[in-house]
Amino acid sequence: MFRKQAFKAALLSLLILALFLGAWSLATYRKDAPATSADAEYAALMGKGRSTGFPTPAKVGEAFVTYLSEPFYDRGPNDKGIGIQVTHSLWRVGLGFALAVAVALPLGFAIGMSPLLFQALDPFIQLLKPISPLAWMPLALYSLKDSDVSGIFVIFICSLWPMLINTAFGVASVRRDWINVARTLEVGPLRKAFQVILPAAAPTILTGMRISMGIAWLVIVAAEMLVGGTGIGYFVWNEWNNLALPNVIFAVVMIGLVGMVLDQLFGRLQKLVTYREQ
Amino acid sequence: MSMHFLSVEGLRKAYPASGAAANPPVFEDIHFGIGKGEFVCIIGHSGCGKTTILNVLAGLEEPSGGAVIMDGREVKGPSLDRGVVFQGHALMPWMSVLGNVAFAVKSKWPDWSRAAVEAHCTKYLGMVGLGHALHKKPAELSGGMKQRVGIARAFAIQPKMLLLDEPFGALDALTRGTIQDELLKIVQATGQTVFMITHDVDEAILLADKVILMSNGPLAKIAEIVDITMPRSRTRTDMHHDPQFYRIRNHLVDFLVHRSKN
Ligand SMILES: Nc1ncnc2c1ncn2[C@@H]1O[C@H](COP(=O)(O)OP(=O)(O)OP(=O)(O)O)[C@@H](O)[C@H]1O
Ligand SMILES: [Mg+2]
Repeated sequence: MFRKQAFKAALLSLLILALFLGAWSLATYRKDAPATSADAEYAALMGKGRSTGFPTPAKVGEAFVTYLSEPFYDRGPNDKGIGIQVTHSLWRVGLGFALAVAVALPLGFAIGMSPLLFQALDPFIQLLKPISPLAWMPLALYSLKDSDVSGIFVIFICSLWPMLINTAFGVASVRRDWINVARTLEVGPLRKAFQVILPAAAPTILTGMRISMGIAWLVIVAAEMLVGGTGIGYFVWNEWNNLALPNVIFAVVMIGLVGMVLDQLFGRLQKLVTYREQ
Repeated sequence: MSMHFLSVEGLRKAYPASGAAANPPVFEDIHFGIGKGEFVCIIGHSGCGKTTILNVLAGLEEPSGGAVIMDGREVKGPSLDRGVVFQGHALMPWMSVLGNVAFAVKSKWPDWSRAAVEAHCTKYLGMVGLGHALHKKPAELSGGMKQRVGIARAFAIQPKMLLLDEPFGALDALTRGTIQDELLKIVQATGQTVFMITHDVDEAILLADKVILMSNGPLAKIAEIVDITMPRSRTRTDMHHDPQFYRIRNHLVDFLVHRSKN
């Protein structure tokens, strides 16, 4: 019965996709209306093909085929394959995120264990958390003097808060009973941290990481639009400057796909460390 | 001054006031002793401070006054010498049954080999009838099974003394009976010293050498200490044939119903 429903849902998804593509074709067909291929070529020659109206699904499909058939080509700074651009973005996100983990986990642990530290740091966290990560960009560019490093810094700062807060909260709300078990067994502080508190707080910590990763992927696109050079965000901006809307749409879909894969990845990890109580 | 294995002298506990009014002490002037190999139960109405006393004995909480002396030394903090079975089993849900017991065994004997730890844990889990569930997670066990893992964990570190906080409180009567029998068997075999909280008069009579009766809180005190004079070989199925059984039982129930008010 469950399988039957999954099958039906998949069918429905396909139907919705087909309807969407159909509506899209219909809408763009009327505006463009290049009846013959000769007309289209003529329009393109006149420099109108790109700017007259929204691209058709077929045009966007073409962009998909060209870019995905050769994802890693490199023809100079403004013409690189989508694979290369995504790799650049993932590299920045990965590095900034890893740095944030390295700071947020130990600091979150300390805050979660010590109510004094929590109270002392709380005002700073409350103030820094709502700042848009992009607002740091000028300061980062000025003091770090490197657009690549600044991008990584922005990712670092935006992934820091959800992880820090969730780690502190997870550690602070470990069940008293488990701590007491460790105490009666005279368990040392390191063993207690790694074998009791960490696994107990792991689901909450991973929720924080998943949120952080989602935000980081949102922010990297905007950051790369600002600093330029490489990355999927720069690709979008570049194609927009070329007025190549099919390519922009292609990139938008790619951003969504990569974001989805990242989220699923963290979903898996989350499942792995989640335990069932009672 | 006393020759008891464990002696509690002038224990008092007051929690800091939460509002304007000062909190009266939960209990005060608590004196009792437990001999080596003795099984002592404590009975009293809910909220009179039984768990608090047990936590002080365990070293998990500090008394506001008085002292606990075990084996000639004052109790200053938690120790592997005192095994605790908590009111709500307190198993770590991310570890298997074996893992939970092994965590305790490795704490006591850090340089044992893996095989030695596993063999030791398996033996104690077998004693509580869980030999078949070693690799299950706590969430896959029934309430009674979880409680038995908690008991095996406490026994496996071979503490000088066991502290049990209503270990059977959440169980149905049938399961409770079988686990009581198992506990009785193990205690008789090992000569373990035990301090146990219970709400169940019959359970206390079955298991204990001595029953401590507490009056109601706040300012709870020890009202009486009743010796269970029935022979130690009593069993759940025939103890009520003993001529003393109803006399003792009525005495305890009477206390709880009529005389527990300060
Ligand atoms: N952390 C605390 N802060 C303030 N008061 C507390 C605290 N812990 C317990 N108390 C109070 O101490 C009293 C005794 O609590 P305790 O848990 O020892 O009772 P108990 O006899 O074990 O009850 P039960 O049979 O219901 O388990 C209660 O009135 C409770 O309100
Ligand atoms: Mg209690």
